[in-house]
Amino acid sequence: MVYLIRVQLREDYSNFIFYLSPLVAVALTLFFGSFIFLILDLSPIESFKIFFISPISNSYGISELFVKATPLAIIALGLSYCFKNNIYNIGAEGQLTMGAIFGGGIGLLFNDSTSVFLLPLMILFGAIGGAFWATIPAILKTKFNTNEILTSLMLTYVALFILDYFVVGPWKDPEGYGLPKSMPFPEAGRLPVLFDGLRVHIGVYFALIICFITYIVYNKTLFGFKLKVSGLSSKASQYAGFKYKNLIFYTFVISGACAGLAGLFEVSGPIGLLYRDISPNYGFTAIIVAFLGRLNPIGIILSSLLIALTYLGAEDAQLFLKIPSAVGFVFQGLVLFFLLGTDFLNKYRVLIK
Amino acid sequence: MQSIVEFRNIYKSYPGVIANDNVSFKINEQSIHAILGENGAGKSTLVKILYGHVKPDSGEILINSDLAIINSPSTAKNLGINMVFQHFSLFESLTVAENLILGMNENISLSKLKNNSKTICDKYGFNLNLNSPISSLSVGQRQSVEIVRSLLNNPKILIMDEPTSVLTPDEISKLFKIIKKLVKDGLTVIFISHKLEEIINLSDYVTIMRNGKVVSTISTKNEDPETLGYKMLGYKVSKAKQVSDINFSQEIFNIKNLSTQSKDPFTINLNKIDLNLKKGQIFGIAGVAGNGQKELMEILLNENDYEFSGDIIFKDLNINNLSTFQRKSLSISYVTEERLGHSAVPEMSLSENIFLSMNHKSEFKKGDFINFEKINSYASDVINNFNVDTPSYNVKAGKLSGGNLQKFIIGREIMSNPELLILSQPTWGIDAGSEAFIKKTIVELSQKGVSIIIISHDLDELLEVCHEISVLYEGSLSNPLKVDNINITKLGKYMGGLFD
Repeated sequence: MVYLIRVQLREDYSNFIFYLSPLVAVALTLFFGSFIFLILDLSPIESFKIFFISPISNSYGISELFVKATPLAIIALGLSYCFKNNIYNIGAEGQLTMGAIFGGGIGLLFNDSTSVFLLPLMILFGAIGGAFWATIPAILKTKFNTNEILTSLMLTYVALFILDYFVVGPWKDPEGYGLPKSMPFPEAGRLPVLFDGLRVHIGVYFALIICFITYIVYNKTLFGFKLKVSGLSSKASQYAGFKYKNLIFYTFVISGACAGLAGLFEVSGPIGLLYRDISPNYGFTAIIVAFLGRLNPIGIILSSLLIALTYLGAEDAQLFLKIPSAVGFVFQGLVLFFLLGTDFLNKYRVLIK
Repeated sequence: MQSIVEFRNIYKSYPGVIANDNVSFKINEQSIHAILGENGAGKSTLVKILYGHVKPDSGEILINSDLAIINSPSTAKNLGINMVFQHFSLFESLTVAENLILGMNENISLSKLKNNSKTICDKYGFNLNLNSPISSLSVGQRQSVEIVRSLLNNPKILIMDEPTSVLTPDEISKLFKIIKKLVKDGLTVIFISHKLEEIINLSDYVTIMRNGKVVSTISTKNEDPETLGYKMLGYKVSKAKQVSDINFSQEIFNIKNLSTQSKDPFTINLNKIDLNLKKGQIFGIAGVAGNGQKELMEILLNENDYEFSGDIIFKDLNINNLSTFQRKSLSISYVTEERLGHSAVPEMSLSENIFLSMNHKSEFKKGDFINFEKINSYASDVINNFNVDTPSYNVKAGKLSGGNLQKFIIGREIMSNPELLILSQPTWGIDAGSEAFIKKTIVELSQKGVSIIIISHDLDELLEVCHEISVLYEGSLSNPLKVDNINITKLGKYMGGLFD
């Protein structure tokens, strides 16, 4: 048996490096990212300044950072329940969309309401919408053993088409010059902002509360223990008497509800109405956020801020460096790539002979 | 006599362990040479080095006094070295002949191969139908296929890694006859085992290994199991003799007419199993692996809602439809065959592994929250009472040796005061010290009135601790035999399926 490259499981892989590897991944991303700027004939240092520093050099920028980080953190916190349980819910984008449709639908239904109960009702329905959309792959998985990665992903596109249907059809704003968008939500259905003139909204509090609850659940409760066990070994989880199917169901519902909540916050917060492109792939990017944060609630909050910065940086880069904003996605991709790489090298030893 | 193989200072280390530490000895031509040692003594590593499967860090091998560089199994085969592994590598859905031809290095026609195989089978008494699919064969027959496959290469040296661990007593004596005949015809057999009597019966020489080192290489002529055992372990192990002249009266657990009708060809269907267990009794279920043990354990645990007919009754209560959780709550405890990843999670601490099995106990919970204080103190008690060698309960379960972890797991279950304890392969693959401790603990537990079922392939273990033994064969369970003055011939026949 002669191989050029062999990998060997490390007997003793380090916990310290497990938590260090996100930082290593970020450093590697910056290093290799600088080559992208060099190839484009731009000074890497200047470019990084524009990309990572200038977007948050004023209060408006910092507020925007939280506006982007809030949905990412909320979705990623929800996803961490699934991922801890080794369930790969890739369809948060669709659950986010469904949350926006359900919650936003309530806002449009009562569009002359001034009641203080309108917003809580919208939030509730946002969560229900996301949870509802997530139960479909959960049921398919538990009843027919279908692969949840495929079903949840495909349902994302279904959800996007449903939103499309509503904004060009029944919910189209009659005074909207034929544009595919709904009427604005009534003032009572808008998410309060934290500071006048800035867009950062009370969704931040929700993210922190969800983070706190998740921390408690993971570390102190029976439910968190069940997730941990079944994530590590499904046989041991059966031995312990845990019902794996129930866990699949609960984790899907939790992550769907979080994604739905984030969707509702987007439409009732910064956007204020329903239209086609309510999310710049928050649902997909949150997968990176969850893993970069090591499925740890506090880690997720930190990584959501970092990834949010790539969104802002990409916008500034487009504006000042005249390069496509897709460079933001390139950075997100690089971070994920290097994170998987460092994780692999932490777990395995590579022998070259 | 001339030596055919010579090991010179073979050294091989793995992270954290030295598997072979300067191993040197010679193997005589046309002899049966046993390598004896406990699990982890380095026997398997050594023969894998000889077979080119593992590369040593240093040291040399001489074949017929010439230095041989063996860096792959195919070089080994060219040198006339073949190996029959403990775990077979056969394609279930192919026929015997098809499997045989897949093992050939040279090109050969199927008809010629069949002729050659038939000659070998007839000469040595292998009872094989070359056209039957592997899936229809018993474990013993599968092993025959593996041996014939090796013999087709005309080997000079045949390595057999624990060949008897999967066989019935009857099959073992047949295998030994075959091996002796092969050696007469010029073969050299290297035989790995940890069973002392076998080695004395079969082999001419034995190399005893302990912790990667050779203790000695001796002729088996003047040895008996006791002296050999002492050399293997370096200390004496006392047997846990069960006192079995007790009249058991109170019935505690019954299986009535248990059958399964699964259509999955890779599972064994259970056939009208009856079992009757009394308070304080230890009941052994013997039999070769793959005769329905896995399926029976699955039904007893009820992890997957395995479908069956018949009744399982615990203290007058029908528990057919009760979940694992509910059964545990009724004070039935389980220790499964697999330790890591089933009855324990290697990545979790010992404390967490306590809660893994004890999460039905309200004392470890405060509502939906976990009471880690109580769990930690329970874990310390298990560690102290059951001689678990570990610095603390925060150590990950995967860091413990097999024997230590098994003591921890069995201790965990015993400390919860079960009324019925069901163990599968309780001492499989662990060191002799832990094995002796566990056997002693099981016997003492029964004397306190706990009923115990042990499912095991290891007949010696069952004979040592049980009051009664039944044999599981192709899904049927024999009538129980009392272990007091047991008729070993009868038991052997049972293991071959000869009971009504």
